[in-house]
Amino acid sequence: MDYIVLAISAILVNNILLAQYLGNCPFLGTSKKMETAVGMAFAVVFVLVMAGLITWIVNAFVLVPLKLEYLRTIGFILVIASLVQFVEMFLKKSIPALYAGLGIFLPLITTNCAVMGVCLINVNEEYTFIQALVSSFAYAVGFGLALILFAGVREKVLLARVPRPLQDTSIALVTAGIISLAFYAFKGMV
Amino acid sequence: MIEALFFMLLLGAVCGLVLSFASKIFYVWEDPRIAEIENFLAGANCGGCGFTGCGAAAEAVVKGKALPNVCAVAGPEATTSVAAVMGMDPGSSEPKISRNPCEGGDRAEDKFYYNGVNSCQAVAAMFGGKRTCDVGCLGYGDCVSICQFNSIRMGEHGYPEIDEFSCVGCGACERICPKGILSVQSMSERLLETNVEDAALAPCQQTCPAEIDIPGYIGSIREGNYEAAVHIIRERNPLLLACGRVCPHPCEDYCRRSIEDEAVSINQLKRFAADYEMNSGKRLPISVAPSTGKKVAVVGGGPAGISCAYFLRRLGHDAVIFEAMPKLGGMLRYGIPEYRLPKKTVDWEIQGILDLGIEARTNVQFGKDFTINDLLTEGFDAIFVGQGAWVDYNLKIDGEESKGCFKGIDFLSRLSGGEEIPIEGKKAAVVGGGNSAIDCVRNLLRCGAEEVSIVYRRTRKEMPANEVEIEAAEHEGVKFLFLAAPNKVITDDDGNVTHLEYLQMELGEPDASGRRRPVPIEGSETQLPVDILITAIGQQPDMGFKDSSDKLADLQITRWNTFDTDPETLQTNIPYLFTAGDAATGPSLVVEAIGGGRRAARSIHQYLMGEEVKAPEKSLFKRHIEESLFTEVPGVVKKKRSTMTELSPEERIKNFEEVDQTLTEEEALAEANRCLSCCRLCYTPDLDKLEKDVA
Repeated sequence: MDYIVLAISAILVNNILLAQYLGNCPFLGTSKKMETAVGMAFAVVFVLVMAGLITWIVNAFVLVPLKLEYLRTIGFILVIASLVQFVEMFLKKSIPALYAGLGIFLPLITTNCAVMGVCLINVNEEYTFIQALVSSFAYAVGFGLALILFAGVREKVLLARVPRPLQDTSIALVTAGIISLAFYAFKGMV
Repeated sequence: MIEALFFMLLLGAVCGLVLSFASKIFYVWEDPRIAEIENFLAGANCGGCGFTGCGAAAEAVVKGKALPNVCAVAGPEATTSVAAVMGMDPGSSEPKISRNPCEGGDRAEDKFYYNGVNSCQAVAAMFGGKRTCDVGCLGYGDCVSICQFNSIRMGEHGYPEIDEFSCVGCGACERICPKGILSVQSMSERLLETNVEDAALAPCQQTCPAEIDIPGYIGSIREGNYEAAVHIIRERNPLLLACGRVCPHPCEDYCRRSIEDEAVSINQLKRFAADYEMNSGKRLPISVAPSTGKKVAVVGGGPAGISCAYFLRRLGHDAVIFEAMPKLGGMLRYGIPEYRLPKKTVDWEIQGILDLGIEARTNVQFGKDFTINDLLTEGFDAIFVGQGAWVDYNLKIDGEESKGCFKGIDFLSRLSGGEEIPIEGKKAAVVGGGNSAIDCVRNLLRCGAEEVSIVYRRTRKEMPANEVEIEAAEHEGVKFLFLAAPNKVITDDDGNVTHLEYLQMELGEPDASGRRRPVPIEGSETQLPVDILITAIGQQPDMGFKDSSDKLADLQITRWNTFDTDPETLQTNIPYLFTAGDAATGPSLVVEAIGGGRRAARSIHQYLMGEEVKAPEKSLFKRHIEESLFTEVPGVVKKKRSTMTELSPEERIKNFEEVDQTLTEEEALAEANRCLSCCRLCYTPDLDKLEKDVA
């Protein structure tokens, strides 16, 4: 039951994009077309679960025993960056089909703050390993949900009458704000 | 502090080690040429090539999915380097340039009111756009924003203008345009283009058998850019000097201006541009695609053959023209009289075409001096036969072969060949009502014949000759005998012709051609005293070469003695044999032969490149786009068309000087300004031009 609450909280209530406003660059950058948004969403699910677990392990078995918790941020950056590179090489060799699908999105995630954010949340909330797994997956699903919803809205906005100064990124930010407000309706659900 | 530094160093080392081991374990073999090629590409990952980044482009080259010229940014040196890596010939690439044929812009009317997002993609999603023209530019400039090289800007009239110098031909604009208007083409692709149903074509261009971009060159003349006009004409018609003089301009019949006013004098403007080049004393350079190494034999050096050889040469193939007569030009030289098309003009024009690197072998007749087997042994990859229609029809009456009797084309070509035929002071009659008959009578006058008559079995209205030609002959004093059918030729004891006996006719029921059939009146035999009788009642091709080789045994021929082919591809039932001109169509216009020559060159190109020989989809061959034919054209202010100066009849029948003079620059500009710059639906009414002048 706790896991379900945790998942719902991560997907809807504390949505990483709309409630926490992390991962803004891919949110705006890859949401112009549904096709790229879907690709990005799957890449994030894949990487975030991996990163969440690895960073949890690094934190629990390396940083805490050595009393080096203050090196979390910089350490995680290094670990995540290496992880993404590693995953890319692994996929290219072992699962070329998946590599072709996720293709250019993988390296983009290296610098995705949503990934970093979730890893830090996992540690700050002092989740257990299983909880960290569920939370990482759920946050990634939330990321994907928000990104795909947003891409759908942006494709519709393209057909609407938008005043010149508000076109493109400006109207996208306004739209993001409104969707975010809608997501605030989930507050208090858990 | 120390342990923190130590820890980070350790972490970095671990990560590094893991990654370096991973790169060994998960190593995927990649063609080393990919990296090598990538070095030569621009490295900007601009996507101009259509691949996701330079790496992908390099991979595509190695896999053979892209040509060495894939990178539009890096330029020709990179192409050469990439080709060297791949061991390919770098010459097989031509620069591409984006073109916008739609100049509708503000002129195009709107179907509905729209003020949504400023994007062609968005507007196109609603009923294909707000403009009435289905194929026109939407004017929101998606192409402008996609262009990485700032080569496209939205012009003041609401359609994109392309800067040819900075355009690298990457193709991004072509891909983004939802209407498919912009096309990124190399010169060869432009030369191969034909009229299709969904293209931006004015009625005149739809009508022209050579499909010349008429509004295009008239626009260039209007801007004073005569060289550009010549280049535009040359993309479709290599014989502009000749056509500018002799073309009966079917285009002018469809000129939109002619609905409210006199048609624009299109052909005179073509002649003006062509004469401008000749009189400027230098030839404009004509670009030729890199050599393909293929060789084509062009049999027949008339307009069809010259046109075919010219286009083949520009497409990069080698062409050799074989001509039976001593000089090239065919009917242009031997059929059309000096006073309409001077020989030195023909010489100048043909020399310019041969200078592209076309070999000409004259005085050799196909089927007699050489056969198809010789051509195949010599290594020609395809053969074009455009021998024309040089065999005159007979009258099939008694005494036709008497002394003093000639056949039309035979007479004209002997005269043009410089043969002395005693004509001075003699009475002459010409049988026939076509252009050849008129050419014969006008020639006879100039040779000093005392009296010249035309004998035609129908009335003036039914004469197939061009109206201007008939009028000119009337002015020069030719006698016309209408409704007269030759019955027999009467000779003296020496076999010299003395009289032509003919029957008076009257018009009866209309026949298959819609013309009323002449019926003889009984007992109306009349004798016309003549010393010279010329029969010019039509010609047909000489297919005598067919028996010279068993390879041609299966060649299909129609009952008019022409090649039996698809009129669009002009490929005969022998796959490597192509044709065009009078040999394919029967006696027709010069411009028809030129257009046919280009179509044949297009088919030959497809054949040589191993493609399927076929006409383009939605081809507009000999048809018009219904919606582009108007019944009224509002906004036209009547303006007299510039008339060409011609020598007076008294003056001109004394010699063979060219009768029609070219327009002066002033007249040409005035005439070019009469053009409504039409397209499929758009045109610029005179009223708009007036308003602009006032402003």
